[in-house]
Amino acid sequence: MSVGIVADHVVKKYGKATIIPDLSLSIQDGEFFTLLGPSGCGKTTLLRMIAGFNTIEGGEIRFNDQVINAIPAHERNIGMVFQSYAIFPHLTVRQNVEYGLKLRKIPAAEMRERVDRILDVVQITEYQDRLPERLSGGQQQRVALARAIVIHPSVLLMDEPLSNLDAKLRVEMRSAIRQVQKQVGITTVYVTHDQEEALSISDRIAVMREGVIQQVATPHAIYTRPYNVFVSTFIGHSNLFHGSVSGNRVSFADGSSIAMDNLAPEAQGQKVVVAIRPEEFALAEKGRGIPCTVAGKTFLGKYITYDLSFADGMVLEGQPSLEFSQDLGHAQRVLEEGEQIALVPRSSKINVFTEDGQRSLMQGVIHG
Amino acid sequence: MDSGTWRWDFWKSITLLSIAIFSLFLIYPLFSLFVSAFQDPDLGTFTMENFAKFFRKKYYYRTLYNSFAVTCSVTVLAIIIGTILAYFMSLYTVRFKHAVEICIVISLLSPPFIGAYSWILIAGRSGILTQWLEGMGIHFPSIYGFPGILLVLTLKLYPFIYLYVSGAMKKIDCALIEAAESLGCSGVRKVATVVVPLITPTVMAGALMVFMNAMADFGTPMLIGEGFNVLPVMVYSEFISEVGDQANFAAAIAAIMVIITSAIFMLQKYYVERKSFTMSSLRPIPVTQLHGVRNVLMHALIYTVVGLSMIPQLVVVYTSFLKTNDSVFLPGFSLDSYRNMLDSLGTAITNTYVYSTVAMVAIVFLGMTIAYLTTRRKSWLTNIIDTLTMFPYIIPGSVLGITLLLAFNEGPLVLSGTAAIIIIAMVIRRLPYTLRSSSAILYQLSPSLEEASISLGASPLRTFFKITAVMMLPGVLSGAILSWITAINELSASIILYTGGTKTMSVAIYTEVIRARYGTAAALSTILTLSTVLVMLLFFRFSGKKEVTL
Repeated sequence: MSVGIVADHVVKKYGKATIIPDLSLSIQDGEFFTLLGPSGCGKTTLLRMIAGFNTIEGGEIRFNDQVINAIPAHERNIGMVFQSYAIFPHLTVRQNVEYGLKLRKIPAAEMRERVDRILDVVQITEYQDRLPERLSGGQQQRVALARAIVIHPSVLLMDEPLSNLDAKLRVEMRSAIRQVQKQVGITTVYVTHDQEEALSISDRIAVMREGVIQQVATPHAIYTRPYNVFVSTFIGHSNLFHGSVSGNRVSFADGSSIAMDNLAPEAQGQKVVVAIRPEEFALAEKGRGIPCTVAGKTFLGKYITYDLSFADGMVLEGQPSLEFSQDLGHAQRVLEEGEQIALVPRSSKINVFTEDGQRSLMQGVIHG
Repeated sequence: MDSGTWRWDFWKSITLLSIAIFSLFLIYPLFSLFVSAFQDPDLGTFTMENFAKFFRKKYYYRTLYNSFAVTCSVTVLAIIIGTILAYFMSLYTVRFKHAVEICIVISLLSPPFIGAYSWILIAGRSGILTQWLEGMGIHFPSIYGFPGILLVLTLKLYPFIYLYVSGAMKKIDCALIEAAESLGCSGVRKVATVVVPLITPTVMAGALMVFMNAMADFGTPMLIGEGFNVLPVMVYSEFISEVGDQANFAAAIAAIMVIITSAIFMLQKYYVERKSFTMSSLRPIPVTQLHGVRNVLMHALIYTVVGLSMIPQLVVVYTSFLKTNDSVFLPGFSLDSYRNMLDSLGTAITNTYVYSTVAMVAIVFLGMTIAYLTTRRKSWLTNIIDTLTMFPYIIPGSVLGITLLLAFNEGPLVLSGTAAIIIIAMVIRRLPYTLRSSSAILYQLSPSLEEASISLGASPLRTFFKITAVMMLPGVLSGAILSWITAINELSASIILYTGGTKTMSVAIYTEVIRARYGTAAALSTILTLSTVLVMLLFFRFSGKKEVTL
C-alpha cells in the first residue's frame, strides 16, 4: 500500500545542463508533501523522476526500502494527476477510471465496487457514462483524481493539478483533494508554484530554487520562520532592511533599534538582513520606531496595503515593493498618501538573516 | 524513459525497418539512377555523354522547354481559377455549394488521363463536338498538343489551389477585414492589400502541388500531346524503347527532372520559411448574398468551371454504355463494353483493389509508427528518417518507377514484374502524406495522455496501441482513404513497373486507349470513377468533414 519516499543525493542532468545538482529529502508514509518553487526550479522534474518519466542521473530514489531507479514507470504503481488532466477523450468517465484496474486484471465484481466507491468519493457518480469533453474542468480533474486513486497506488503524484481551473473552483478542488487524500490515507507529492495553495493543502512543504531545496517544514514554520531570505520573500511578502546585531538589540541604518530575545548566539556582532512582513509593523508615535513616507495605497477589502519609502541606505536595493498592511478590523484611521509616519516592528515576529541572506539567525529554525 | 529490453526492441525494430525501407526502396534506387545516368551504355565507365546528348539535340532539349511551358502555364491558370473560385465560394452564398465542392474533389481525385481521353472523344479529330461543328461547316481548332494538355491539366489541378485557399479563407479573422475597413480601405483595394497577402503563402503551397503534379504527369501528354513531347513522356519512351543503350539516357533525363523538382521544392520551402505565419480565426468572415447581375455572373462562372471539369467523367460513363465495335461507337446502348472488360481485364480490377488495399494497410501502419518515432522519440536516427521521408515529394512517379526497375531488375533482389514492386511504389509515393498528417495529429495530442496510461500500469508499447494509436486512427484513416484513392488511380509509376499479370486498372485503361479500344477503356474508367466517388463519399461520412486536404 502507501509508502514513504526517500530521495538520496539525487542528480538530474539534461545533456550538459544540470537541473538538480544534489537533492535529498524524505517523505513520510501518508504525508501530503508539496514541492513549491518558481517555474524552472526543478519541482516538476523531481516529480517526474519519482514517477519514472525522467531518468535519474545520480543517487537513488526509494519507495520504503526498494530502490526504484531502474523500475520502468508503468511498474512503479504510482497514481498521477496531470496539469492538463489527461483524461482519455475516447473513453467514458467510468471507462477512464476502470482503465488501470483492467490492466491489473481485477475481477469484474470487485472492479465495479471499487469504481462505484471512488466515483462516490470524488462526487462524479452522475457523470459516469459521459464522455470527458462534456465535463467541466473541475469535473475532469475529479475524474483524473479518481482514476489515479482507484488503483491503490503506492504514491499519488500531482503536477499542478489546479492551475487550469478558475480561482473559485481552485479553492473548492483544493479542499476536495485534501479531504480525499486524508480519507484514503495515501502518500502524496504535490507540485505547485502557488504559495497560497501550498500553505493551505500541505502537511509539509519543500521550497525549491534552481534545483536546490531551500527549506522543508510545515506551512506554519515556513511562513513564520523561513530558513533564508529567498523563502521569506517567495512565501508571502517580506520587507528587507540592513541591520546589525549587538547584545540583544538589532539596529537599523538610521540608528533606531529593537530588542529581541530569540536570536541565535552566532548572530552576535554580525551585520544582518532583517525581514519584516507587512503585517508585522505597528504604527508608532512620532519620535519612536522607523520613520517613513506613505508613497501609495491599495485597498484590498480586509486590508489596506501601503507602499512605503524609507530614508537612503535603510533597505536592501532591488526589492519589488516595501509594504505595510493595515488590518481594517483594527485600524484607528486610514493613512493618506504622502503622510509621514513611524513604524515599529513586532520583535517576536520578525526574522533576522545572515548578511548574504543564506541562513536564518533565529533560534529553532527548521531547515529540513 | 527507462523501459525493459523487449519494449525497446519494438521501437528499435520500427526504426530499423523504416530506415531499411527508405534506403532500400528510395535511396538505393535513386542512387542507381544517378549512377546509371553517368554511365556509358557500352563500357560502363563514367561519362557525361548522356547529359550532353540531351542538350545537343533540339528534339531532346526541346522537351525541357515544353515541360516548363506547360507546367508554368498550368500553375498560373490553376492559381487564377482556383483562387477566384475559393474566394467566391467562401464569401458568398452559392447554390448547391456542397455538390459543387464534391464535384471539385472528384475532378481532383479521378485518374488524370481520363480527362485527356475524354477530351479526345469530345473534341479530337473524330470527336463528337468536332464532327458536329464540321457538319455545320465550322473547322474546330486542334485539341492535340499544348492547348489540350493545358486544358486537361488545368481543369484537373485547379482543385489543389481551391482546397488550399478555401482552407485559408476560413482562417482569416473577420476582425482583420473590419480593421481594414475602419482604416478606410474597401473594395478591390481591401482584397489586394489584406486578403491576397494573407492567403499568398497558402497559394504558394498549393502552387507547389500543382507544379509538381503538372511536371510529373505522364498520362495526359502521352495521350493528347501527340508531337508535343514533355519530360515524363520522353523518359518513358526512351526507357521502354528496345534500343539497348537507352536506359542510361532515360536515367539522365530522369535525373534532370529530379534536379528540377528538388530545386523548385527547395525554393518553395525557402519562401514558406520566410513568409509563413499562422492564422487562427475566432470569427470567420461571414458569408453574404450577392444580388442581381453579379450573382448570376458568379454562379455562371462557378458552374462553367465545375461543369467543364466534370465533363470527362460524364463522357466516360455515357460512352461506356454505348454499343461499340472496338474503336468506333455505334448507335444504341449495350453492356458489351462491360462484358468485354470482365472477360479480358478482370484481373486488372482485382489487382487494383488488392494492391491499393495492401498499400493502404502498410501506409497506415508505417505512417503511425514512424510518426510516433519522429515526434515522440527524437534522436539523430529518427531525424534522418524525417529527412528521408521528404524525398518522395520531389520524385515524379515515372522516375520512381524507373529507379525501382533499375535497382531491382537484377542483382541480389529481383522484384521486377512482381506485384510487390508496384505496391512498394504506391507506398513510397503516398507514405509521406500520411506521415505528415500523423505527425500533425501527434503534435496535438498531449504527451500527458500517454504518461497517464503508463502511470496506470500500461507499458509504453501497450500505451501506444491502447491510447495513442486509438486516438490517432480516425485522422490517419481518413488520410489513408485518400491515399487509397490516389493509389487506384496511379499510372505513371505502374506503367513502367507492370507486366502482363500485374496490370492495374489505370494501366489497362491506358493500354486500351492506345489500342483504340475505347469501349472497354470507358467501362474500366467508369468502374474506377465509381470506386473513387463511392470511397470519397465514405470518407466524408467517416471523417465528418466536408473538405479534403492532400
